[in-house]
Amino acid sequence: MSSTAIHHTLEHSGHGHDDHGHHHETFLTKYVFSQDHKMIAKQFLITGIIMGVIGMMLSIIFRIQLGWPDQSFPLLETFLGKWAEGGRIKPDFYLALVTIHGTIMVFFVLTAGLSGTFSNLLIPLQLGARDMASPFLNMLSYWFFLTACVIMMASFFVQSGPASAGWTIYPPLSAVPQAIPGSGTGMTLWLISMVFFIASSLMGALNYISTILNMRTKGMDMWKMPLTIWALFLTAILGVLSFPVLVAGVVLLIFDRSFGTSFYLSDLVIQGQIMPQQGGSPILFQHLFWFLGHPEVYIVIMPAMGIASEVMATNSRKPIFGYHAMVYSLIGITVLSFIVWGHHMFVTGMNPFLGGVFMITTLIIAVPSAVKSFNWLATIWRGNIRFTPAMMFAIGLVSFFISGGLTGIFLGNAALDINLHDTYFVVAHFHLVMGSAAICGMLCGVYHWFPKMFGRLMDEKLGYLHFWLTFIGAYLVFFPMHFMGLDGVPRRYYAFTEFEFMKEWLTVNTFVSWAAIIAALGQVAFLWNFFNSIFNGKKATQNPWESNTLEWTTPVERLHGNWPGEIPTVYRWPYDYSKPGHETDFIPQTTPFSETMSSNLPHDFEGNPEAERIQLEWNRKNEAEKV
Amino acid sequence: MAVMLENSVEQDRLNLKPKKFLMWLFVITSFMLFAALTSGFIVYTAGDPSRGIKMILPKLFMYSTCAIILSSVTMHLAYKSAKALKFTAQKMYLALTILLGVLFFVLQIQAWKGFVADGVFFINPNASQSFIYVITGTHLLHIFAGIIVLITALGGIMKNIPQVRNLFRMEMASIFWHFLDILWIYLYVFLLLNQ
Repeated sequence: MSSTAIHHTLEHSGHGHDDHGHHHETFLTKYVFSQDHKMIAKQFLITGIIMGVIGMMLSIIFRIQLGWPDQSFPLLETFLGKWAEGGRIKPDFYLALVTIHGTIMVFFVLTAGLSGTFSNLLIPLQLGARDMASPFLNMLSYWFFLTACVIMMASFFVQSGPASAGWTIYPPLSAVPQAIPGSGTGMTLWLISMVFFIASSLMGALNYISTILNMRTKGMDMWKMPLTIWALFLTAILGVLSFPVLVAGVVLLIFDRSFGTSFYLSDLVIQGQIMPQQGGSPILFQHLFWFLGHPEVYIVIMPAMGIASEVMATNSRKPIFGYHAMVYSLIGITVLSFIVWGHHMFVTGMNPFLGGVFMITTLIIAVPSAVKSFNWLATIWRGNIRFTPAMMFAIGLVSFFISGGLTGIFLGNAALDINLHDTYFVVAHFHLVMGSAAICGMLCGVYHWFPKMFGRLMDEKLGYLHFWLTFIGAYLVFFPMHFMGLDGVPRRYYAFTEFEFMKEWLTVNTFVSWAAIIAALGQVAFLWNFFNSIFNGKKATQNPWESNTLEWTTPVERLHGNWPGEIPTVYRWPYDYSKPGHETDFIPQTTPFSETMSSNLPHDFEGNPEAERIQLEWNRKNEAEKV
Repeated sequence: MAVMLENSVEQDRLNLKPKKFLMWLFVITSFMLFAALTSGFIVYTAGDPSRGIKMILPKLFMYSTCAIILSSVTMHLAYKSAKALKFTAQKMYLALTILLGVLFFVLQIQAWKGFVADGVFFINPNASQSFIYVITGTHLLHIFAGIIVLITALGGIMKNIPQVRNLFRMEMASIFWHFLDILWIYLYVFLLLNQ
């Protein structure tokens, strides 16, 4: 009986109302055109992992050039053909590699791969919903994302090569096809791919927000939501408000490129030829780009923060320290992220007063960030820490976030930025604070929720190996870059051999390249572990981490519709770990207070006089019995 | 079984709320797009005294504004008749809304023709003038989408879909259409203030 009921609800949450598709599921509807949020999450994750591996391999190729600029690697020519004639990467292709590496990592891995995976997986499961607000839109979101990936990769197969103007695609470099080979077809493909990508993330984000606000189960008020959901919610809001601005910027760029308008272009002379466009403002693009671009870095890091908060509380067997402060700091970051974009533009000739304003808003972000860092540290302080691989990566996130965040305070200063702008110091900063930290958060989530996705556990030993290689590797790669940056070495330069003052950094570059290669090899441990465990991993129990949140009340078999019977009701917040007086060290959200009389505290009842009275009576009776 | 069916109908209705909410969220995204374009215009135009609209906006914009405001009125009447189960009136008002939408579309294109005749081109060293095309063009793209939404709603009532669905489509259409109306008024006032 109950299963028929689910079928009904499912059908009606789907888009079609007269199809009975769920009764006879085919391979195509189950794995390919799936509208089940859990399957879509897996699709996002696996696509994200594949894109991540591609992005990483691109970085290894340019690290080879930087590490051994004079050496020839015939193997590269075998694979890359004319882009690596004589076994050495060409300068144009080097720029393309840097550009596509950045684009893939920021957008495809850390936006879609991270938010897409965990929003889809966790929002319905942790809130107690059968599926998303619009499962059809959700499916469309994945297919747009995949299309964007394919188009982006296709740019490697065109004559003039992929886009090479940097992931920020500043005009005029990106706007004039004659500027570099990559600004021809490659750039066009980049822009088309981005349009698909933005459509995909908007469809996703609209769905996430609507689901979180409308489809929570009984008892799940906003202040009982796990921090993962808060983080994913605010991330989606950031996306909804900032991605349309990128659309505006990109549309104007397309007009400049293909129709001959001059929004961004002015006074250009290329190879002795005066370009027809006059009167444009390249700074306008930077404003539009960074109005998205800065919130984008929080779109990248906030889901990772939410995941880490959840995993750290679970594995420290302690409530998260300062739940409300964690939420308010996320809200603070969300709001502030919209008024700091100018700090990317300090050296564009910005009015120094305006620069000062942007500097102050930027430095204020240090406050919520510090609140979060200290709360994480206080959460693990004196906890019964279980060092699962997920926990290791969560701690890794905190470490990277602190060491990368500190340099943000340097860069946020308008005066210091004149020196540090566009140097390796910036590269070091953002690779630690949003690159490594967010990747750690993503991997943390994969290790932690793997049993929920595939019903099996990942191998722990390989997990530890993966963690240490990644953690140490990332520090060895990015830490030396700070010193290069302080010495004024600019980013995106092809050959360090051409400049006298950069020559002394050649040995450091070789070292960094070795570290990068070893860290990359470390990922093989993860890939093997991930794909092998899907089929051969140890079978997971229903609640392998003894966690409180709702997703662990669903059966291991992962039903379409999530819960076989009714959706459970929620009675308490998700962080009742090691509550004094209770026999186990965790109390799931579905356990009512009436079943935990021995551990209830006065503030649990939120001022409900009747409940308080019952508790007092029980306490008195129990005291009497003890005596 | 009867109870269950009733249950599922109830569920069905409940599930429309999050979908309607999606439309509101889409309105916000779409508004952000126009906010970006208009702030882009401000940033660009403030950069140099040689920039700016530097022309009087055509009378046609007045007419098109009247058309779209009128279409909002008919949209509301269509919605009200749908609620009152007056389906003939609903069809008529919906068709009228679509017609006015098409009229708006045509008037905007005519206004563009007028620009070209006056020598205000899209490809222009004074990009403030190109911005007029981009802003009105992007809005027209939304109008196009809006007309499709209206046609879907009309198609629904022609096929006699259940009243719950009909009302849902009407609500979606009216949220979107009224938004497009208000959006145009914002854009028009914005352009007027900058001319």
